[in-house]
Amino acid sequence: MTTSVITGNDAAATAAKLARVQVIAAYPITPQSPVVEVLSDWVASGELPAEFVNVESEHSALTVCIAASTVGARVFTATSANGLAYMTEQVWWAAGARLPIVMCIANRAMAAPWNVLNDQQDSMSVRDAGWVQLYCRDNQEILDTTLQAYRIAERLNVPVMVCYDGFLLSHTVMPVDVPTPEQADLFLPPRTDPLQVVDPADPRNIGPVTLADPRADGAGVLRPGYMELRSLHHGALLDALEVIPEVDAEYAAVTGRAWGGLTWEYLLDDADVAVVAAGSLTTQLTLAVEALRAEGVRAGVLGIRSYRPFPVAAVRERLAGKRLAVVFDKALSYGVEGPIAGDLKAALQPLGGEAPVVFGCICGLGGRDVSPDDLAAATRRAVADLSGPRDRAPDWINLQPQGIPQPQGDPR
Amino acid sequence: MRDLTVHQIAMSSPGIGEAGRTGDWRSEFPVIIAEACLPVKSGRNTCQICWGHCPDNCITQGSPPTIDLTYCKGCGICVEVCPTDAIVMHPEAEYAAFERGAL
Repeated sequence: MTTSVITGNDAAATAAKLARVQVIAAYPITPQSPVVEVLSDWVASGELPAEFVNVESEHSALTVCIAASTVGARVFTATSANGLAYMTEQVWWAAGARLPIVMCIANRAMAAPWNVLNDQQDSMSVRDAGWVQLYCRDNQEILDTTLQAYRIAERLNVPVMVCYDGFLLSHTVMPVDVPTPEQADLFLPPRTDPLQVVDPADPRNIGPVTLADPRADGAGVLRPGYMELRSLHHGALLDALEVIPEVDAEYAAVTGRAWGGLTWEYLLDDADVAVVAAGSLTTQLTLAVEALRAEGVRAGVLGIRSYRPFPVAAVRERLAGKRLAVVFDKALSYGVEGPIAGDLKAALQPLGGEAPVVFGCICGLGGRDVSPDDLAAATRRAVADLSGPRDRAPDWINLQPQGIPQPQGDPR
Repeated sequence: MRDLTVHQIAMSSPGIGEAGRTGDWRSEFPVIIAEACLPVKSGRNTCQICWGHCPDNCITQGSPPTIDLTYCKGCGICVEVCPTDAIVMHPEAEYAAFERGAL
């Protein structure tokens, strides 16, 4: 193990190299571009014996990964924001075809309007596509999670997105302990047991038309219908609730580092106010919580590491009996609220009277700065709002009203 | 953990009728006029261009070739490629008459 001072993008690329990926196809987009640049350098120099396929778009990048993964290769790609949106059709295909593709997402705001800075709207917008989504809070976690992602993906035959905040992590250098190739190989053996059969002597149609109901194929074998396949896929994501912590423990056995599995927490045990977020916000929340505790507010952090599958049982268990959960979303489901806030409310609902009040906050959209002080202040407002209605509208942190045009009189 | 050996993905063994009775999709069906068909006219095993172009492998080589209307989707490509205009499309409403040999 050596310690390198590297960016989040470098950490992602280093993990792909340690995973001994065989095929890489990616199209550059800010803030993900350095991942592709570093990997293409390594392939060109021979340091990484992989096929680097140049493509003309993100749609093609993921398509190349789908084809290579279908025939058994370990593949890697990465993108951000509109690049992810451009490949959306294939995002669904990769998942529905049950291919263990790992894709890093350097989280960036969606256009229009153009904005290259950080929020999490891009990956949150494909939360329902059937991928596992893991969110990282620092560069070490990016490297470790990307390696873990291959183990999770290949055990379950589902693709995994490793999401990390653009610029805040992608372009910020931090000390990162890099496992040795021997450690990485011990943790992550070569890919085996693909679901796809690719054998000229025993041909198969892969991804044929499926009709509404199960049906015998040309060889008389009963094949699932579309709805059965969706149920099996959902089952694999539910299995991930066990596999993600297992893999985290296996990783710890080799490297000595674990990341909490599905969730991560700080000073949560005795807290009566939980602050909840995903990604680098959770690091800032630790500082907010320390400030709040100094004022006598018993606050603690619950970090969502696995957003899909959503750790319903874990959050229910950890938040039962607490007074308040304040959720900080860097994304928005327009016309409703932040995605994590909505999911958390649904997860906690069966607790009845034991469920904390859940208040949402929208923050950091398009790179809007959000400091630990801002997070602490928003938590104080939420505590004060406990005396008001339970259906409080989301608190938009650092929204600047002077930047919103007010209705003018008729200029005529 | 679920058993990964069961059929988890959409996959099948190739066979006739793999995508269901796709003949049901048709709005028009093709009919080969034997006396206009090149192999029939020439008495030689030739042409078979329709067979080579059928995207659904519904045409079997012969003199004349035969079309499996259980699976033919009625795309009409065979009509377009036939060098002697020996294939014509009929509205699906005439299919019953065709089956009776009354077309």
